[in-house]
Amino acid sequence: MKEIVIQTEKLSKIFGDFHAVDGISFEVYKGEIFGFLGANGAGKTTAMRMLCGLSHPTSGKAMVAGFDVFKQTEKIKKNIGYMSQKFSLYDDLTILENLELFGGIYGMSRKEIREKSQSLIEKLGLENESKKLVGSLPLGWKQKLAFSVSIFHEPKIVFLDEPTGGVDPVTRRQFWDLIYDAAHRGITVFVTTHYMDEAEYCNRISMMVDGRIEALGSPSELKAQFHTDNMDEVFYQLARAAKRSDS
Amino acid sequence: MKTILFLIQKEFRQIFRDKAILVITFVVPTIQFLLLPFAANYEVKNVNLSVVDHDRSDMSQELISKVTGSGYFKLVSYDESYDQAYKNIESDASDVVLEIPKGFEKNLIKEDHEELFVAVNAINGSKAGLGSSYLLQIISNYNNDIRVETGSSSGNVAPQIDVASSNWFNIHMNYKLYFVPGILALLVTLVGGFQTALNIVKEKEIGTIEQINVTPIKKHHFIIAKLLPFWVLANVVFTVGLFLAWLVYGITSEGNVFVMYTFIALYLFVALGFGLLVSTFCETQQQAMLIMFFFMLIFILLGGLFTPIDSMPAWAKTVSRFNPMRYLVEVMRMVMLKGSSLHNILPHFAIVLGLGIFLNGWAVLNYRKTN
Repeated sequence: MKEIVIQTEKLSKIFGDFHAVDGISFEVYKGEIFGFLGANGAGKTTAMRMLCGLSHPTSGKAMVAGFDVFKQTEKIKKNIGYMSQKFSLYDDLTILENLELFGGIYGMSRKEIREKSQSLIEKLGLENESKKLVGSLPLGWKQKLAFSVSIFHEPKIVFLDEPTGGVDPVTRRQFWDLIYDAAHRGITVFVTTHYMDEAEYCNRISMMVDGRIEALGSPSELKAQFHTDNMDEVFYQLARAAKRSDS
Repeated sequence: MKTILFLIQKEFRQIFRDKAILVITFVVPTIQFLLLPFAANYEVKNVNLSVVDHDRSDMSQELISKVTGSGYFKLVSYDESYDQAYKNIESDASDVVLEIPKGFEKNLIKEDHEELFVAVNAINGSKAGLGSSYLLQIISNYNNDIRVETGSSSGNVAPQIDVASSNWFNIHMNYKLYFVPGILALLVTLVGGFQTALNIVKEKEIGTIEQINVTPIKKHHFIIAKLLPFWVLANVVFTVGLFLAWLVYGITSEGNVFVMYTFIALYLFVALGFGLLVSTFCETQQQAMLIMFFFMLIFILLGGLFTPIDSMPAWAKTVSRFNPMRYLVEVMRMVMLKGSSLHNILPHFAIVLGLGIFLNGWAVLNYRKTN
C-alpha cells in the first residue's frame, strides 16, 4: 500500500467565469516524482499554488501532507518546499545568507544551518561563491541553488514550477540529478515542465488541458494509451484539442 | 521569536547593502534640513517699491526715506505719474506703488489731514499682503512722529491707542524656530513612510514575497521585521536633525528631549503603519510612490506646517484631525518652543495611538499570505 501525500478531489479555481482549474482529481504517492504537464495557460501554476497554500481554492477538496488546503494552509507550509517559476531568492544576499534566512524561517538552529550549508555548498561545488551575492551568479547555478533552498529544511513534498526554464541541457541534466537525489531521500517531488524529455524522467505524469486533467499515468502507460513511442506525440494529441492558450 | 531575529538580520543586511537607500535616508534629508528652513521664510524682504511723488516736499522726502530705510523695501523706480508706475506693476518689476499727492506737506500742516495712495500687486499674495501692511505701519509711525513734532494746528492731538505686544515662546519671531521642528517632523515621516511602503512592494515586484508567503512564517513576524529597521533609521534621522538644529540654527529644545523621543516612537508606528498599509494595496513601486505622494501632500498642506490649521475652512479642519503629521508638528513645536511636558501632550498621544492601531490593524488584515 503506497502512502498518499497529495490527494485532490474536484479541486477548482474560478476567476469570475473563467475556470482556471476545473475540477481536478488525482493522488500523489510518497517519494515519487510526479510530473504535472500541460500547455501554457492550462492551469498548472494555479493548481500548484492552491496545493502550496498560496491561493484559495474555489471548490473541491485537497489534502497535502495530511492537511486541508482550505483550512490548514499554514500547516501545509511547514511541510513543503516551493520553487517558483520566477527566481525568488534574494539577489542582494549571499548564498550563505539566503540559506541562513530560509533555514531560520523554518525553525532550524544556527548550528544546524551552518553545518548543512557547509555540506550543501561542497556538494554543489560553490565553495568559492558562497560569500558572493546571489544576483551575481549565472542562471543555471541560481536554479540549482533555489532548488537546494526549497529542500533545505527537508520538507515532505517539494513543488517545482518550471524549474529548468531557460537553462542549458547540461545544467538541466545536473538539475535532474539533484531531483533524483531528493526523491531517494524520500522527498516527494511535484514538478511542472514544458520539456517532454523531462517528462520521461518522472515516475508518473498528468496532462492538463484547459483546466482539466486529460491523462494520467506513467510515461510508458501514456505512450501506449496514445499509440506512440514518444511523449511529444502524446502532448500534441492532447494539446491540439485545447481551446485556450495564452500564447 | 527566533524566526524574527533571522528576518530582522536580513532586512538590516539588505538596507546597509543598498548604498542608494542609505544616501536617500541620511544625506538627502540632511541637505534638505540645511537648506529648507532658509528658504521657507515668512518674512518678506525686498518688496519692490515704485514711488510717485507729486509733492516733492521735505515731508514727502522724509516719508520715502523712512520707507526705504526700513529694510523691507527696495526702491526700484521713481516715477512721474501713477500710469508710469502702474506699468512697472504690470511688468512685475514692482510689487507696491506709493503715490504721494501734490500738496501733501501743505495739507498735512494746514488741514491736518491728507490721503496717500498705495497700490499693491496681489499676484504674490503673501508678499503683497505683508508688503502693504509693513508700508501702512511705517506710514502710521511717521504720522505719529509728525503729530508730536508739529503738534496739531487745531491744538489737540486725537487720542491714540498704542498696542504693545510681546511674542511668547518665540520672542524675536524667529521663523526658523517655528519651521525647523516642523521640517524635522516632515522628514521623519517621509523617511519612515515612503521606505516602508517601497520596501515591501519591491519584494512583490521581484517575486521574493512569494517565497516568503509559501513558508510557515507568521504574518506579524514578517511585518515587525519590516517595520523595525525603518523605525530605527527614522529615529536616527530624527537625532541627526535635533543635532543639526542645535549646530546650525542654534535651536535647543525648551522641553525634555525624552518627551519628544517618546512621542516620536509612537508616531513612527503610525507613519510606518501607513506605509505598510499602502504597500498592501500596491503591486508596483510606481503605484506605491504615487499614492504616497498624494497622501504626503495632504499631510503636509493640512498639517499646519506652513499655514495655521485654525484659519482653514471647516472641512479642512476636519480632515486635519485625521492627519498624523499635524500632531507631530504640534508636539514638536509645543515641546521645543514652549517646553511642554508629557502631561501636556497626553491628548496627542491618545489620538496618535488610536491612528496607529487603526492603520496597522488594517494593514495586517489586508496583508494576505494566501490569495
